Amino acid sequence: MGSNMAEAHPVGFQWVMEAKSRGAKVIHIDPRFTRTSALADLFVPLRAGSDVAFLGAVINYILTTGKEFREYVEAYTNAATLVEDDFLDTEDLDGLFSGYNTQTAAYDTSSWQYDGMAATASAGKNRAESAKEEGSGHSHGSGGPPLPHGHPRTDPTLQDPHCVWQLLRRHYQRYTPEMVSEVCGVPVEAFLRVCEEWTSASGRERTAAVVYAVGWTQHSLGAQFIRAASIIQLLLGNMGRPGGGIMAMRGHASIQGSTDIPTLYNLLPGYLPMPSATGPSDLAGYVDSIRGEGQKGFWRNADAYAVSLLKEYWGEAATSDNDYCFDWLPKISGDHGTFRTVMDMVDGKVFGYFLLGQNPAVGSAHGKLQRLGMANLDWLVVRDLAMIESATFWQDSPEIETGEIVPEQCRTEVFVFPAAAHTEKDGTFTQTQRLLQWRDKAVEPAGDQRSDLWFFYHLGRRLIQRLAASTDERDLPVQHLAWDYEVVGDEPQADSVLRAINGVDLTSGHALDGYLDLKADGTTACGCWIYSGVYAGEVNQARRRVPRDQQDEVAALQWGWAWPMNRRILYNRASADPEGRPWSERKRYVWWDADAGEWTGHDVPDVEKTKPPGYVPPADAVGPEALRGDDPFVMQADGKGWLYAPGGLVDGPMPTHYEPHESPFSNPLYGQQGNPSRKVYGRADNPSNPSPPEANADVYPFVLTASRLAEHHTAGGMSRQLPYLSELQPEMFLEVSPELARERGLDHLGWATIITSRSAIEAKVLITDRMHPLRVQGRVVHQVWMPYHFGSQGLVTGEGANDLFGVALDPNVLIPESKVATCDVRAGRRPRGAALLELVGAYKQRAGVTVDTGTHLDTTGGRLGKAHLDDAHDPEAVHEGIGTGDDR
Amino acid sequence: MAGGRQGGRRGGDDGSREVPVVPRATFTSYYGRAVLKPPVWTDDIAYYFFLGGVAAGCSLLAAGADQTAKPALRKGTRLTALGALGLGSVFLIKDLGRPERFLAMLRVVKPTSPMSVGTWVLAAYGGPMGLAAISEVVPQRYRATRAGRVLALLARPAGLAAAGLAPAVASYTAVLLSQTAVPAWHEAQEELPFIFTASAAASAGGVGMIVAPPWQAAPARRMAMFGAVVELFASRRLGTRLGLVGEVYLTGTAARHLERASTLTAVGVLGSMLLGRRSRVAAVASGVALLAGGFFERIGILEAGRASASDPRYVVEPQRERVEREGPTRVGEPDEHGAAVT
Amino acid sequence: MSLDHRLYGPLHDVAGEAGHEDHPPRMGFFTDTSICIGCKACEVACKEWNDVPDDGYELLGMSLDNTGMLGASSWRHVAFIEQDRPAGTGEQGRSEFRWLMASDVCKHCTHAGCLDVCPTGALFRTEFGTVVVQQDVCNGCGYCVSACPYGVIERREDDGRAWKCTMCYDRLKGDLEPACAKACPTDSIQYGPLDELRDRAAARVETLHEAGVAEARLYGHDPHDGVGGSGAFFLLLDEPEVYGLPPDPIVPTRDLARMWRFAGVAALAFFGAAVSVFVEGREG
Ligand SMILES: Nc1nc2c(c(=O)[nH]1)N[C@H]1C(S)=C(S)[C@@H](COP(=O)(O)OP(=O)(O)OC[C@H]3O[C@@H](n4cnc5c(=O)[nH]c(N)nc54)[C@H](O)[C@@H]3O)O[C@H]1N2
Ligand SMILES: Nc1nc2c(c(=O)[nH]1)N[C@H]1C(S)=C(S)[C@@H](COP(=O)(O)OP(=O)(O)OC[C@H]3O[C@@H](n4cnc5c(=O)[nH]c(N)nc54)[C@H](O)[C@@H]3O)O[C@H]1N2
Ligand code: SF4
Ligand code: SF4
Ligand code: SF4
Ligand code: SF4
Ligand code: SF4
Ligand SMILES: [Mo]
Repeated sequence: MGSNMAEAHPVGFQWVMEAKSRGAKVIHIDPRFTRTSALADLFVPLRAGSDVAFLGAVINYILTTGKEFREYVEAYTNAATLVEDDFLDTEDLDGLFSGYNTQTAAYDTSSWQYDGMAATASAGKNRAESAKEEGSGHSHGSGGPPLPHGHPRTDPTLQDPHCVWQLLRRHYQRYTPEMVSEVCGVPVEAFLRVCEEWTSASGRERTAAVVYAVGWTQHSLGAQFIRAASIIQLLLGNMGRPGGGIMAMRGHASIQGSTDIPTLYNLLPGYLPMPSATGPSDLAGYVDSIRGEGQKGFWRNADAYAVSLLKEYWGEAATSDNDYCFDWLPKISGDHGTFRTVMDMVDGKVFGYFLLGQNPAVGSAHGKLQRLGMANLDWLVVRDLAMIESATFWQDSPEIETGEIVPEQCRTEVFVFPAAAHTEKDGTFTQTQRLLQWRDKAVEPAGDQRSDLWFFYHLGRRLIQRLAASTDERDLPVQHLAWDYEVVGDEPQADSVLRAINGVDLTSGHALDGYLDLKADGTTACGCWIYSGVYAGEVNQARRRVPRDQQDEVAALQWGWAWPMNRRILYNRASADPEGRPWSERKRYVWWDADAGEWTGHDVPDVEKTKPPGYVPPADAVGPEALRGDDPFVMQADGKGWLYAPGGLVDGPMPTHYEPHESPFSNPLYGQQGNPSRKVYGRADNPSNPSPPEANADVYPFVLTASRLAEHHTAGGMSRQLPYLSELQPEMFLEVSPELARERGLDHLGWATIITSRSAIEAKVLITDRMHPLRVQGRVVHQVWMPYHFGSQGLVTGEGANDLFGVALDPNVLIPESKVATCDVRAGRRPRGAALLELVGAYKQRAGVTVDTGTHLDTTGGRLGKAHLDDAHDPEAVHEGIGTGDDR
Repeated sequence: MAGGRQGGRRGGDDGSREVPVVPRATFTSYYGRAVLKPPVWTDDIAYYFFLGGVAAGCSLLAAGADQTAKPALRKGTRLTALGALGLGSVFLIKDLGRPERFLAMLRVVKPTSPMSVGTWVLAAYGGPMGLAAISEVVPQRYRATRAGRVLALLARPAGLAAAGLAPAVASYTAVLLSQTAVPAWHEAQEELPFIFTASAAASAGGVGMIVAPPWQAAPARRMAMFGAVVELFASRRLGTRLGLVGEVYLTGTAARHLERASTLTAVGVLGSMLLGRRSRVAAVASGVALLAGGFFERIGILEAGRASASDPRYVVEPQRERVEREGPTRVGEPDEHGAAVT
Repeated sequence: MSLDHRLYGPLHDVAGEAGHEDHPPRMGFFTDTSICIGCKACEVACKEWNDVPDDGYELLGMSLDNTGMLGASSWRHVAFIEQDRPAGTGEQGRSEFRWLMASDVCKHCTHAGCLDVCPTGALFRTEFGTVVVQQDVCNGCGYCVSACPYGVIERREDDGRAWKCTMCYDRLKGDLEPACAKACPTDSIQYGPLDELRDRAAARVETLHEAGVAEARLYGHDPHDGVGGSGAFFLLLDEPEVYGLPPDPIVPTRDLARMWRFAGVAALAFFGAAVSVFVEGREG
C-alpha cells in the first residue's frame, strides 16, 4: 500500500516476483492501477488519503474475529498494559484524544501514559507541543521514545477497560467494512478479501509483509498510516520474523543514510535529537531528556553515543571538563524545516542557501513558493549534475510569464558547481533495509566535477583557516573542528570518513567493533553510533560482496553491512517464542540453543547472545540489563511492540482516520475533519482549497495525486537530461478515467488544465481504465493522477505538478501532504501570462478562499457543539497561533 | 481507453467515446499499429521494375527483329533496352540506403535471395545486351577497324544471349516481391510473374511501335497484344483470388494506379490493333499508352504492397483465419503430435 | 526429423547448417511476459550497450508505451496492453481489468526471412545460431525489411543501413549475457541455451496452467512452426496479435521453389510469345 514498487523499486521488486513464484499472494492497494497492480494477485483501488480507515477496519476485523496471533500478542506487545484513567479516546471527544490544546493545535500527551508511570511523567509533559514545532516526532528512529521510570500495571487477561487491548477494541469498533466502503470507496467484498488473505497468510506457520513508500508518508497524518500497519503486523505476529515486517521503500539511493546521518535540522547522527534552545543546557540534562530515567533497553546508553559524537566532532578539544563541548552544538529555536525556511526566504529573512542534490523548483510541494523564495536571496549555491530548474528559475520559471519574477530585477546571485555523480566517487549507499553498500569509483569525474565530500572538506578547511585568528567566541566550534580526514591528492578519502563514522577507540587508535564498545568517558569517538561496526576489525564491512549462493542465503550476512550490528531483521528475538524456540520450523530464524547456552540462527540475534529466554532482570536494573529474556523489542523502552503508543507521536496514540487537509468529503467517523495537529501555514501565498465543514469544496471537486513513473526520476534532473529515458516518457500528462473524460469533454492526447488555489498547469490527457471513479459517501468521486517529474530544463520539458500542491505538513516529521489535494480539471490549454493569475483568482473567489481557509484545525465544536477541553477555544486564536506559522 | 484492447483498432484520438457501435471486430491489433514494416522502397524501385521489364522485352524483340531482318525495330529496341536498363540501374542504386556500396551485392551468390539472383542475372544480361546495343551505334569510321568487325560479328550472338536471359530479367523481380512477408506481394506469387513478364511484353511492344515504322512493327504489335491480354487478366485476378488481401488492389491509391494502368493498356492495345498498322502517329500514341500502362502497373503493385504491410489487418486476419481453419502451421511432424503446447 | 529442412521446418543445427564447425549451443531468449513489470530497463540497457540512438520524443498515448514498435533504433520494445473489465461491473470493483506488458525483440528465427533475402551477405548466422547484420557490409537495399514476417528489422533512414538486435553478439563472444537480459530485474527475459529454455518454458506454462492461468501459452518455441521456431520465444497471456505479433508467421522463403516455378513458367511463356510473334503470316 502506498508504494508503486514495480515502478519505483523495480530491482527490489524482483524479490516480490520471486516470492510470488513460490506461492506468495501479492495484494496492491492504491488509488490507481499501476505496473505493480498489474503483477498483483489482487488490486484494490481506494481513495487517496483514506488508508487509516482501511487499516483501522483491518484491525477491527482481527479483533472481532479473533484472528490475532494470540501468544505473540500476549507475550510481545503492550496489549496488557494499562493506560492512565484520565485518557480519553476519540470516541469520547468526537475525534480528538485527551490533551488537545486548541490554541496551539497540539497535544499534551501526559494523559496518554501507561498507568503507574505517569506520576513521574512531568518530564514528558507538553513534550508533544514543542515536539510539533521542532518536528522531533521522528527523532526516535532507532531508540523509541523514552518512558518515565516505573513499572506499568498490566492485566494479562486483557479484560481491564483501561488495558491497551480494550482501548484498541473500542477505538476501532466503528471501523467496519461498510465504513471502509463509505470512506475509501472500497467495496465490502474486496475489503473482506484483503482481510482474509492477510490474516490467513499470518500466524505461526506463515508471515505477511507490508510494503509502503511515499504513498503513505506524504500525508498530513502519514506517520499514522504506518503506525496503523504496525499495529496489524503486531497483532498478526508478523514483526521480527522472516517474511514479515513493514518495509519502507526508501527514495534516493541513500535517503535512508541521510536520515541516519541526517541532513535534517532537528536531528544529530543516529537519531540523537538536536538540542533545543529551551531544553537543558548541559550534556547530562540533554542525555536525561532523551532517555527516560532508569530506562530499559539500548537507548539507555545515549550518554555514550552523545559523548562519542562530540569527541568525533571536536577531538582533543572535547573533554569532560568542558562538557565535551556540548555548548558548541547549535540549538534549535523552533521550526526550521525546509518549508518554514522557504517562507522565511519569501519574507526576506534568509540571505544565502546551499542546494545540494535537490531541485525544489520542481520537486518540492508548492513549486511557485519555492521559486519565489529562491528569487529573494542574496546568493544561492547549487551543486548538481545538470543545469536544473532550481538554478535557472530566475530566467525560465512560469513566474516570468506572469511577471512575478523579472529576470533583470531578480536579486539572487546563483553559483552553479558541477557535482561528481555517484559513479565518479567512492562511498556508501544505505538502502531500505538499513544495509550499507560500498561503491567504488567507476570513472574519474569529468571536467570540473567534484565530489560533495571534496566540496565540504575544502569549504571546512578554508573556513577553519579563515577563522584561525578570530577571537570571537562563536568561532570556537569551527576553529576546533577535528577536520582530520585522509586526503589523497586533493580528494578526501571516503573510506577514512566511514572509519570515523564507525568510531575509534582513542586509547588504542583501533576501529571499534560496535556500539556496545562506546564509552561515555571520552575514550571513544564515533560519528554515528548506529553505524558503529561498519568498520569492525579495520575492514570496510560495507564493501563485502559475497554472493548469496556462497553463504547462508537466508540473511546473507556477508553482503554489505546493516545497522545495527549487521542485523538484517530488527527485533528478530520475536521470531522465536518466549521460550526461545522457533514459532515454527518453516519460519525459524534465530533461536536459543540451550546446549550451547546462546542465541543462534541465520541472523545476528537482537538480544545479548547469552541472555537466556527466561531471564528476569532485577528490579533496579537499567539499560539492556533491564530487558527480560523475552522482551524482543529491545530498542523500545519497555521491550514490547506498541499497539498503543504512549509517546513518540504528537498526533495521537492510536491511528485515527482524518480526512486529508483538502478533501471533497466530510469525515463520516467524527466531527473532527482533518488531523487536528497537522501543521498549516495560512498565508496569502500558501492558500488551501476549502474542505468540509468549510463551504464550496465542490469548486475543486476532484482528488489529485501525483507520483512517479518508472522512466523518470523525481524532479527530473537525472532523467530528463538523458535521451534514453526522455524518449520513454517525453511529455507531461494527466491520467483520467474514461468517465471523467466524458464528464469534462477531455480528448485522448488533447490538453487539459488542472487548477488549484495555488496555480493552474496544463498537461496532455491520457484516458485510461487504470484510473477509477470511486463511490464514496453515496456519490462518485474522480481521482486524477500525474507524474511530477517535469520542469523547464532538459531534453523533454513540461509543467510541474508540484505547482498545484500547497504546504500542509504531517506534525511528526514535517512532510508535506503532496500525495493528495483537490483540484478542478477542464479541457484545453491554460491561459498565459496574467490571465493565468486571473483564472486561479476566479476559482479562489468562487470558492471563497482566504488566508484562513483550511487553518481551523479543530472542527469538533463546529459540528456537534461538544464541550471543549480548553474553553479558550477561539478559531481566531488558532489562526494567530498556528496560521501565521510564526516561530515561538 | 487508451486503445489497444480487445476489439480492434483505436479510433483516432477520441478516447471518450466508449460505447462500441459495432460488435467486436474480427481481429485484434496493437493500437492499430502495423505488424510488419512497410517496404522501404520508394517509387524508384517501381521505375526500375518498369524499365527492367522494358529492357527485357526489347531484347527479345530485338533478337527477333535481327533474325527476321527488321533493322529499324532491331536498332530501336536494342538501344531502348540499353537506355532502359541504364536508367533503371540508376534508380535501383539510388534507392539503396548506401548507394556507394552497390557492389557489395557482388560479394556473394545467394540462391535464396531473389535480389542476389537478380543481380547476377542482370550482370549476365547487361554485358551482351550492351554489346548488342553498342554495335548499333558504332560510328561509320570505326566499323572497319578490327574491333568494329568483331563487334559486328558478336552483335547477333550477344543479342541472342541477351534475349535468352531477358525472360529472367523480367520475371525475377516478381519473385523478389513475392519472397517477402508483404501480404499483397507474397500472396500474389502466382500472378506477379505473369503480370511482370506480360507487362514487359506489352511495354516492349509499345516501344517497338514507337521506334519502328508500322510495317516493321507487326511483331511488336502482336507482342503488345499478348502482353496486354495476360496482364489485364492476371491483374484482375489479384483482386479476386487473394481474398481479404486482394482488397488492397481494389481500393485506395493502388487501385487508382492499377485502374489507370488497365485503361492505358487496353487503350494502347486497342489502338495498336485498330490503327497501329495504318498510322504511325496512332502507333506511337498506342505505344506510349502501353508504356504508361506498364509504368502504372508497377507503381500500383508497389503501392498495394505498402498498403497491405501498413495495415495490421492484412497480416493478422488471414493468419488468424488460417489458424482457425487448419490450426497453427506445423512442419515436418507427424499429425498425432499435432497438439501444440499452448 | 527425416526431412532436410534447409528452407523451412525444424532444423537441428542452425549454426552448423550455416557452416560453423565446433560451435557453441544455440543461444536464445525466453521472454516470460507474465512476470514483466514494464520497467523498460531492457530497452535502456540495450541502447546503452549497443549505442543505439534515441527514437524521437513523442507521446504516443498507447498506455505507457512511447516506443511504439521495434525498429532500427528500438531493438527491444515493451508493449503495454490495457484490457477492459468485463462489462457490467460498474464503477467499483474493476479489478478484472488486465494490464499486459511484454518485451518484444528480434526472434532470431531458425529460418530467418531477413537473412535468406539479404543479397550482400551482410546478414549472417553466428556460431550461436543468432542472426546479425554486419554494418560494414550492409548497403541498405532494404530487402530484409520486407522479408521479416515479424516486422523487426528496419533501415535507419539517416544512416541508410538496416539495424536490429544482434543478441549482443559482442557480449556473447565474451561469455556475457545480453544487456537486456542482464538488466531485466524480474528475469522476464531469460537467456541461455535454447534447448534448456524450451524445457524451462514448457514447465512454466504448466505451472501457470495449474495455477489457473489458462490463457498462458508459448509463442515461437516450436521448431515445427512457420519459421522453424525462433531463437527468441515468448510466454504470452493472450493471442499474439494483441501484442502486435503475427498469429502464425511463415518465413517467405518457404515458397521459394514454388515462386520460381511460377516465374519460370511465366518466363518461358514470355520467351515463347516472343518467338511466336515473329512467326510471319498471322498479322492482323
Ligand atoms: N523510477 C523511479 N524510481 C524511484 C523514484 C523515481 O522518481 N522514479 N524516486 C525514488 C524516491 S525519491 C522515492 S521516495 C520512492 C517512492 O516510491 P513510491 O512511494 O512507490 O512512489 P510514488 O509513485 O510516489 O507513490 C507510490 C504510490 O502511492 C500511491 N498513493 C498515493 N496516495 C496514496 C494513498 O493515499 N494511499 C495509498 N495506499 N497509496 C497512495 C500512488 O498512486 C503511487 O502508486 O521511489 C524511488 N524510486
Ligand atoms: N507531488 C509530489 N512531490 C514530491 C513527491 C511526490 O511523490 N509527489 N516526492 C517527494 C520525494 S519522496 C522526494 S525524494 C523529492 C525529490 O525531489 P528532489 O530531491 O528535489 O529531486 P531530484 O530530482 O531527485 O533532485 C536531486 C538532484 O541531485 C542531483 N544529484 C545527483 N547525484 C548528486 C551528487 O552526487 N551530488 C550532488 N550535489 N547532486 C547530485 C541530481 O542531478 C538532481 O538534480 O520530491 C518530493 N516531491
Ligand atoms: S535505479 Fe538503482 S536504486 Fe533504483 S531501482 Fe534501479 S537499481 Fe535500484
Ligand atoms: S525476426 Fe525478422 S529480423 Fe529477426 S531474424 Fe527473424 S526474420 Fe530476421
Ligand atoms: S538492407 Fe542490408 S542487411 Fe538488409 S538485406 Fe540489404 S544488405 Fe542485407
Ligand atoms: S540482445 Fe542485445 S541487442 Fe538484442 S535487444 Fe537485447 S540488448 Fe539489445
Ligand atoms: S526489463 Fe524485464 S521486466 Fe522490465 S520491461 Fe524489460 S522485460 Fe519487462
Ligand atoms: Mo523520496
